[in-house]
Amino acid sequence: MRGPARETVKQGRRVRRLAHLLDRWLLPLYALLAVSYLALPVLVMILFSFNDPSGRSNISWRGFSLESWFDPLGQPGLAEAVTTSLAVALFATLAATVLGVLIGLALVRHRFRGRSSINLLIFLPMSTPEIVLGVSLLTLFLASTQYAFVPEGTFFPLGFHTILIAHIMFNISYVVVTMRARLQGFPRHLEEAAMDLGANEWTTFWRVTFPLILPGVMAAALLAFSLSIDDYVITVFTSGQATTFPLYIYGSQQRGIPVQVNVVGTIIFLVAVGMVVLSTLLQRWQRPDPVEAVEVEGART
Amino acid sequence: MRSTFLRPANLAWKAASSYESATDSVPLLILPQPVGTGAKAVDGARSMDERSGDSLAAGGAEPVSAIDVRLVDVTKRFGTQVTAVDRIDLEVTDGEFFSLLGPSGCGKTTTLRMIGGFEQPTSGLIELQGQDVTWLPPYKRNVNTVFQDYALFPHLTIFENVAFGLRRKKTGGAEIRRRAAEMLELVELRGYDGRKPGQISGGQAQRVALARALINRPAVLLLDEPLGALDLKLRKQMQLELKRIQQEVGITFIYVTHDQDEAMTMSDRIAVMHRGRFEQLGRPQDLYERPRTSFVAGFLGVSNLMTGRIDGADGAYAIVRLDASTALRLPREGVSDGASVQLGVRPEKIRLVGEGSATADLNVLSGRVRDASYTGVSTQYLVDIPGGSKMTVYEQNTARAAAAGLRRKGDMVGLAWSPADTFVVQPGRTEPAPSRYQEAPDVRRT
Ligand SMILES: Nc1ncnc2c1ncn2[C@@H]1O[C@H](COP(=O)(O)OP(=O)(O)OP(=O)(O)O)[C@@H](O)[C@H]1O
Ligand SMILES: [Mg+2]
Repeated sequence: MRGPARETVKQGRRVRRLAHLLDRWLLPLYALLAVSYLALPVLVMILFSFNDPSGRSNISWRGFSLESWFDPLGQPGLAEAVTTSLAVALFATLAATVLGVLIGLALVRHRFRGRSSINLLIFLPMSTPEIVLGVSLLTLFLASTQYAFVPEGTFFPLGFHTILIAHIMFNISYVVVTMRARLQGFPRHLEEAAMDLGANEWTTFWRVTFPLILPGVMAAALLAFSLSIDDYVITVFTSGQATTFPLYIYGSQQRGIPVQVNVVGTIIFLVAVGMVVLSTLLQRWQRPDPVEAVEVEGART
Repeated sequence: MRSTFLRPANLAWKAASSYESATDSVPLLILPQPVGTGAKAVDGARSMDERSGDSLAAGGAEPVSAIDVRLVDVTKRFGTQVTAVDRIDLEVTDGEFFSLLGPSGCGKTTTLRMIGGFEQPTSGLIELQGQDVTWLPPYKRNVNTVFQDYALFPHLTIFENVAFGLRRKKTGGAEIRRRAAEMLELVELRGYDGRKPGQISGGQAQRVALARALINRPAVLLLDEPLGALDLKLRKQMQLELKRIQQEVGITFIYVTHDQDEAMTMSDRIAVMHRGRFEQLGRPQDLYERPRTSFVAGFLGVSNLMTGRIDGADGAYAIVRLDASTALRLPREGVSDGASVQLGVRPEKIRLVGEGSATADLNVLSGRVRDASYTGVSTQYLVDIPGGSKMTVYEQNTARAAAAGLRRKGDMVGLAWSPADTFVVQPGRTEPAPSRYQEAPDVRRT
């Protein structure tokens, strides 16, 4: 081997060694740091759910105990707050998902008057500071009492229903934005194929369109649910006497946050992680990647 | 029989069939169940009587039963600028393999989509088996489509993909299973029922798409470049297979392609499309041997085109003078004395002869070899002829040709061919034919 060639080989080795070092050590280290930054608060929450609940607050570690886990709602008002939160999140998600998916379909598929302004307006609840939204909703609800055509008690006194209205409102825009992105690349010719094979518009939607956008719909619904269940700012302005879980936590701050709050928080966290894992699995099961496809082919022959 | 369907659309018919105004009558030749436009159907019955002297009488009681697809003066425009399909008339007969051939953007897909129901014509009439379907949605038409990218449903198994059409018709489970198995057998995909479209190859997906369409036993199958995504070898194989299947099931195929070889090998008839219109429509050999326009001559195979003026006649042939010293002969039909014409000859019809060895009954030109390339089967020559034009000649590499020796660059040669192999073409269409809808002049676009 001649000189320059050998030099190249040497240089190549050096580069490879560096790349190896980077792959093997630096990147994992970096990832570990980033992940612990993200995970630390959650870990602390989980850890303190096992704290001995004897003290007034849950700030210092007093020793391991499963007491709160055996009675996670054992605090006055906590059960009602969690139920309210779940109910609000559930109904708000359902309503916002149905409306949002339909709006998304309309915006992507049809050209109509006012389409571009709606496209813009959809972003409004996302880009407006939550506190502004909360205040203006409250103003709206209060102002409605001055008009005769609004039956008394529709919006005021505030309560569960006003929280729901507020949550549906801001959730719609998140659902629309998620769905719009998913629908933009939707293969329209699949719908044409369905119609070609004798399916009318209704059947085409339920047999072809919906199954194909279902992952997107699920993603949008999950997003809406998680936004709804932990919303504090807008809820505080629209809740009246009703108390949701985040409001409960804030309210109990003066008395000292009970350990059960950490338990419920941990449960919510675990459910969320479970859902993400489930949806990933579902998606993988629905759309096998090319490598798997080749394996299947190999296995058959 | 076939030639009766090639009858040129008569103008009165065209004018009457326009959808332009509400008062227009729409002639429907058969009215099994007038669908949609009831009032028009009544009008149609009237004009049917008026036209009884035409093709109606020739065919008897059900004159058009053999016509599966009929387009009458169909135009499709997108916006005001794009005329994708420009006043097309078409009749495709039962069991025919018909191809739409043309360059990219000439309107093939648009034509097919209008037949399938995915696009509505701007004006004109579409009939399937005598029924006016112009405004029917796809799911009410007895046609099925094989899409260019197959459009298989990714969330359904191959079996469910194939069964989709029958499920919509509420066919029983046992029959669906039997017919799906039959179809998968036909396209040689037995045992693939349980897979998803993501788990099969392109050629297999193409066959699934075919099975999924054919299982519905449509009157007409529309295929939009179904082999476009396949490599050459698989393509050739699938061409034969498609042809076999078409003959086996006996369904009318309307096949879109921009590959002239594909169209030639598979079709009973071909329509060559160019800028939204049919340049020429006919059997493959007619299109090849007698191209009527310079576009067809150039698009289907290679042609040598020359210009000259008709100058007298010689028996069955007209004499055409290229310049003062050169005259050729060509079939007399369709040319008038004194007219300036463009004539052509296919490269493989020309034989290279010794220079000056004139043969009385052949057309002969002399020229100088500019380029020769040996391609195995044949040798391709490029010959300069006086007057500045170039001729392409394909000479089979037979013993005879070998004996004459390979011509080299610079050799003087004679080019000889039979006057019967000479054809006359109309100059290329530069302007769209006069139409009710004048397009905006180009200048406005700037
Ligand atoms: N939806 C549409 N809106 C506007 N113009 C269109 C639309 N569909 C087609 N066109 C135009 O109409 C013309 C014909 O298109 P078409 O798809 O029928 O061509 P094609 O012959 O199928 O070409 P290709 O071989 O490339 O598929 C093209 O100029 C195209 O740009
Ligand atoms: Mg096309």
